[in-house]
Amino acid sequence: MRLRIVKREPLPGWARIVIPIAAVVATLILSAIPILIAGGELWKSYFYLFYGALGTRFNLLETFVKASPLLLTGLAVAFAFRAKFWNIGAEGQLLAGALAATALGISLTGLPSFMVLPTVIVAGFLAGGLWAFIPAILKTKLKVDDVVSTLLLNYVMVHIMGALLFGPLQQPGSSWPRSSEIIAAAKYPILFTRSRFHLGILIALLAVLVIWFINNKTTFGYQNKAVGVNLRAARFGGIHTNAVILWTALISGGLAGLAGVGELCALQYRLIMDISPGYGYSGIVIAMLGNLHPVGVLFSSLFFSIIIVGAQTMSRMTGVPVYIAEVIQGMALMIMLIFLLFTEYRVKVVRK
Amino acid sequence: MISQILEAAFISGLIGAMMRMATPIIFATLGEILAERAGVLNLGIEGIMLMGAMTGFLVSISTGSLWFGVLMAALVGMALGLLMAFLSVHLGLSQHVSGLGITLFAAGLAMFIYRLHFGSPTVPPTVKPFQQVTIPLLSEIPIIGPGLFKQYTLTYIAWLLVPAISILLYKTNVGLKIRTVGENPIVADTVGVNVVLTRTLCLVAGGALMGVGGAFLTLAHQNMFLIDVIGGRGWVAIAMVIFGNWDPVKGTLGALIFGCLDGLQLRLQGLGIKLSFHLFLMIPYLLTIVALVSVSRKASVPASLLKPYRREEKGS
Repeated sequence: MRLRIVKREPLPGWARIVIPIAAVVATLILSAIPILIAGGELWKSYFYLFYGALGTRFNLLETFVKASPLLLTGLAVAFAFRAKFWNIGAEGQLLAGALAATALGISLTGLPSFMVLPTVIVAGFLAGGLWAFIPAILKTKLKVDDVVSTLLLNYVMVHIMGALLFGPLQQPGSSWPRSSEIIAAAKYPILFTRSRFHLGILIALLAVLVIWFINNKTTFGYQNKAVGVNLRAARFGGIHTNAVILWTALISGGLAGLAGVGELCALQYRLIMDISPGYGYSGIVIAMLGNLHPVGVLFSSLFFSIIIVGAQTMSRMTGVPVYIAEVIQGMALMIMLIFLLFTEYRVKVVRK
Repeated sequence: MISQILEAAFISGLIGAMMRMATPIIFATLGEILAERAGVLNLGIEGIMLMGAMTGFLVSISTGSLWFGVLMAALVGMALGLLMAFLSVHLGLSQHVSGLGITLFAAGLAMFIYRLHFGSPTVPPTVKPFQQVTIPLLSEIPIIGPGLFKQYTLTYIAWLLVPAISILLYKTNVGLKIRTVGENPIVADTVGVNVVLTRTLCLVAGGALMGVGGAFLTLAHQNMFLIDVIGGRGWVAIAMVIFGNWDPVKGTLGALIFGCLDGLQLRLQGLGIKLSFHLFLMIPYLLTIVALVSVSRKASVPASLLKPYRREEKGS
């Protein structure tokens, strides 16, 4: 007797909502293992995980602050993956956006102040988009594998940033790799007093709507999906598949670039090497957990920011290392993958 | 300045640094070649290396035995390779996403366990690292001798593994099976090669090499564990596999170029030459992207890389 994995009848629509929720629940249950190993009391740990993220006004708003870059990189990855453009490079595109925002945010002193922030945002979007455009060109024109090229370009961008932060962009007189502070007109307004809830969060939420609209209401959204489902069929169907991939890359990279603009203009105000603790990579998990759907990505980014923000309180109160957040992220991705598999396949017992 | 660079001591030192910097990448590249030759891209490499680095360090400091640390790093690498095999081979999930999942999970786990065991001390704990072993006579060859033959035992092992894995892949029956599984699993299955088992074993063996590559960084290259100790070396190895056309010898050559650039930038800075080491460290990545362009025109990539194999889909 042995187990085989065989195709199953397509599941009904509700399964697409139930399965991610089940994956989240399964992840939370399995998180008990590292919590117990770390000697944390189980219920106390779970309590502080959620209390730390949602329990007070400040923490709740902070959870949104954390969610906004995750939401943008999640959308970036989801939009690219939908067309099977394997963009693993959201991290580099985020940095490109932050870099452009820094360069302009420092130097746009001559511009009327109401024009500064829109210019910075557009530039950040374009910088991220162009950085994603390179692997898309390599993919469409030279058939270079996009997974590896986007991954490598992350490191190229890290080193470009390093070279600039030790060079032209370095704050005069500083020996640290950091830039000068951006001008006041380039900073995102804070929307709630006594918090860091900033304009970028609204931009991220707006992006959910825009991507939802593109996906469901435009020809381009249809073409983007067609390319992802079957490239050859899309081409025979008269879609300019290369153009679709290039535009997809531009939008995807642009979204990641906006995440970089947000981190810079709302939180850091100056460029530093570790401006992103890997938001671009988390975006991949978030996109998968959200089933590549913009609303799904919204919820999964909130789930992850709850884990990341809550883990800090949990760590303080129970002594469980704060890196539990990373462990949970990795587990969530693998569990979601397995659950998704069983939407298409089922395990069959074969008797020999 | 130029005369300093051309001095024998400088060149000799550079060769030594190149060998040292290349060692973890050689281990990782060989591990990745094994996996990819059997048809599985293992993007879990970066996380597996970090887990190996942490395990090696933790076990060595607890037991006092560096070699036991290396052994445990290899075992942990094997376990993570097995997890990768379960996801990507047994369940046939997307290799990209399962690999990235492994990297996220293993990296998180490494930092989690380190923090759990050591807390967050102001001065990171250190281990008494491996010492270089001088090979008599050979190390007395002028200029190149000291660099090549006054190295860590793990470096020598890495060098011995290069021909060993080449022979395994190209000259043995096992190697033929591995390559067939990577090129055409349907054919392999037809002639009675167990595709799932072969891929699993390659991922497990590859994971061991990645784990040891990570442990080299905490037990020889440095004597402590830092969160960014791997610093993208796993991704460099992925790049070197492509750069080297999935060949152990050429991949090692790529690792040496990387090691040389890495060693050179440190040394030039030591001489007070003002240059951006970041621009230097960018070169291997750019070279690899160029290599990717040329590779895409050739058919050297294992034909079934990235394709899960399910028996039911045979013929459909």
